[in-house]
Amino acid sequence: MTSSTSTTSSTTTTVRGSESPWRSSLRQLRRNRASMAALGLLVFVAVASLLAPVYAHLVAHVNPFPANVQGTIRLGGKTVSVLQPSSVGFGVTPIGPTWNFSTYFLGADPQGRDVFARLLYGGRISLLISFSAAVICCVIAAILGMAGGYFGGAIDWVVSRVFDIVWAFPVYLLAICLSVILLTSGLNIAFVHIAPGSLLLPILIIASVYIPYVGRPVRGIVMTLREREFIQAAVGSGASDWRILRKEIWPNVAPTVMVFFPMMVAFNMLTESALSFLGVGVQPPNATWGTISNDGLQLLYTRPWVSIAPGICIVLTCAALNVLGDGARDAFDPKAKLRGGA
Amino acid sequence: MKKSASTLFRVAVAASALSSAALVATNAGAAGPAYQSAHAGGTLKLLATGAGGTLDPQVNYTLQYWQLYQATYDGLVTFQKVGGTPSFDVVPDLATAMPTVSKDGLTYTFTLRKGIKFSNGQPVTVNDVKATFERLFKVSNPNAGTWYDVIAGGPACVSKPATCTLPGIVVNPTTNSVVFHLLHADAEFLDQLAVPFGAILPASTPAKDQGSTPIPGTGAYKFASYNPNTSLVMMRNPYFKVWSAAAQPQGYPDTIEENFGQTVESEVTSVENGQADWIFDPLPSDRLQQVSTKYAADVHVHTLTADWYLPMNVNIAPFNNLKARQAVNYAIDKNAAVTLDGGTQLATPTCTILPPNFPGHVDACVYNKGTGSTYAGPDLAKAKALVKASGTLGEKVAVVSQNDPVDANIGQYVVSVLNSIGYKASLKPLSQNIEFNYIQDTNNHVQISLTQWFQDYPAASDFINVLLSCANFHKGSPNSINISGMCVPSLDAKMHQAETLMITNPTAGNKLWGQLDTQIMSQQAPWVPLFNPKLVDFTSSRVGNYQFSLEFYMYVDQLWVK
Repeated sequence: MTSSTSTTSSTTTTVRGSESPWRSSLRQLRRNRASMAALGLLVFVAVASLLAPVYAHLVAHVNPFPANVQGTIRLGGKTVSVLQPSSVGFGVTPIGPTWNFSTYFLGADPQGRDVFARLLYGGRISLLISFSAAVICCVIAAILGMAGGYFGGAIDWVVSRVFDIVWAFPVYLLAICLSVILLTSGLNIAFVHIAPGSLLLPILIIASVYIPYVGRPVRGIVMTLREREFIQAAVGSGASDWRILRKEIWPNVAPTVMVFFPMMVAFNMLTESALSFLGVGVQPPNATWGTISNDGLQLLYTRPWVSIAPGICIVLTCAALNVLGDGARDAFDPKAKLRGGA
Repeated sequence: MKKSASTLFRVAVAASALSSAALVATNAGAAGPAYQSAHAGGTLKLLATGAGGTLDPQVNYTLQYWQLYQATYDGLVTFQKVGGTPSFDVVPDLATAMPTVSKDGLTYTFTLRKGIKFSNGQPVTVNDVKATFERLFKVSNPNAGTWYDVIAGGPACVSKPATCTLPGIVVNPTTNSVVFHLLHADAEFLDQLAVPFGAILPASTPAKDQGSTPIPGTGAYKFASYNPNTSLVMMRNPYFKVWSAAAQPQGYPDTIEENFGQTVESEVTSVENGQADWIFDPLPSDRLQQVSTKYAADVHVHTLTADWYLPMNVNIAPFNNLKARQAVNYAIDKNAAVTLDGGTQLATPTCTILPPNFPGHVDACVYNKGTGSTYAGPDLAKAKALVKASGTLGEKVAVVSQNDPVDANIGQYVVSVLNSIGYKASLKPLSQNIEFNYIQDTNNHVQISLTQWFQDYPAASDFINVLLSCANFHKGSPNSINISGMCVPSLDAKMHQAETLMITNPTAGNKLWGQLDTQIMSQQAPWVPLFNPKLVDFTSSRVGNYQFSLEFYMYVDQLWVK
């Protein structure tokens, strides 16, 4: 791995001369307590979300998706309606948090569904969308950025203009516009058919609006690398473009993409939540933290936990992702290029 | 009509001119309480999240502004300005008396009052009356082709509005008479003259939608300014003098302001704090309990003659199958829908097309748990059996609803029910600005939707004929108010029979409408009637003299702020 030792990893190989830069960076990341705490929190959130069906079926004995408008539960030895008519005045109010882990722990939403069970299921979809969109975004951005930066000329012009155009729109405005259009009709391009309610739609929309945010720095790094001696040597030795990109360029770009990845997951989670909160993201009865916040909007005065709980989940997860992203940057990009440093 | 501020209402036909006239005989002059000048003055502050569109009374078809037009415009006749059931009665307004109607019902003769002036000082003449009805066609009034084309010359005006002249309206400036010649007898003609579309405007009014430019009227108030982004201001009409308190009473506030742009939550807080006096928008569900207990004296609840219902498209799968439609009727729990609307104090489950206490209504419940005429609950077993028998099991169904909390909640509930009886259902929530027209357009292939209908005037035809007749089903049009697309010639013939009967024998006519209601539900099941809603008005503590019209709801100009 000649190229990597000549660039980003050169400063991280001082501890053990024989240690690979990747291993060294990972070791440095592991030593970062804040990052490890953040990673622990993320793992906890992910495991809890993955166990949502276990909780719903074996502990709470609820199905958190269909409406339960006329449903009742046993509470304090009494059978009570999940949606309770006001004893004085007008209106119907869902039951509030019972703080009993096995029965409507965080209360009910306007459809009479268990908020805590939905929160766990919501975490699955929120994390799935955020991670999937980040993977797609980083992969496409790396490919486009590397192609534009390495080949230059017409390819770079096209890639740069695409980045410019996408970047010209405010991210949320563009995402909302795409969502509104695709929400009713789905995506039908050539052989690609995605149904309106599919989770693939928000994943693709969110991934596409963030591509320039990763692609531009990648392109810049590749343009710098292209002038370096080891690349010129590879070109001079007759290596193919594909081999140079794969063996020389990518190992130097990968740390940058890795630093971006957790941040992109956090950005994606916020964007997904915002879209779902506005009703143009994931569609009911699917739950994400954004849709649950939206469900609670009409209950802010009486049952604020329906909105607060998913809000806390979003804040904690995004904060953990950002702390982890900071740690990854310190470990993989010690010169802090992404902070505008050297 | 549609209550939503952004949506156009539609069409209508049939009711009872003769019965209206008879009612007037008993109620004419039965004005509200005597005017109390001690309470006159001040500024009444109203709030709405958004403006109601154009201010032109011949174009605007929203309850939001029809409510305000009551104090600003007058027709030859109007609905009586009193509370309760008498507010459905038509009384003379700019006409000196109710019209003389020929025996064949084809000629209506009015005499215009003398000495009345528009808010710009110009006197009201019979030429203004004729020009007003010609302008209705020129500005493409939403109902010109369905209500007012009964006037001789109307059909030609529908096809060539720009050059419209109505030979069917003959005026005599000397005697101040206005004679309407109709192409056929129309039991609802007087009702249609009494709504704001029939407001008399100056003949000089340009023949195009005036948008935010106020048009002079004859009411107690005039529109002083209108900016759809910020506010609408009404001030006293300096030329107004009371000629009939039953038709156009003197108002109390000196100024009425309606401000736009706040959220409903902040509107409620503003009224609670006394910064505003009333909000147009429905109260948010999480404030209902607080408002109704803490401010009980300022909350006014009224049963409306309106339906919330689920029209099913009888022309596309799976609801082109009668058994599938009957299955949904059996499966939906109307009590659940009532709960999602705010509970039994704010809505009543219904099984019929015609609301209770409405002409023609008959208690019946075809799709019920048990055999009673009062709704007892859903029958899921029967629903599942019908879905199986229909051969539509497992088909995909998209439920279209508005995206406001109540509609979206009911929409989600309907999706759950459809899934539980064997369909693969999903929800398509749309903005309330577009949903109503979207679900009417057959190009959108809407299978089932959630919508509401509020009466234009008290006539059974305003529900059954308007919402379910062949004449109001227009393929590919966003203005096809027969949303289910039901068109059964034998039922249409019976509707026509009922309309004709209303002219000569309203009692028998209404009985026939009632039979039709039950027959349509049992033989066609084009809808799932859900519930009849109630209206909640929340006023500030300084407001007094609250009066409610069943036709146009709260009289804003009769509120005291002093």
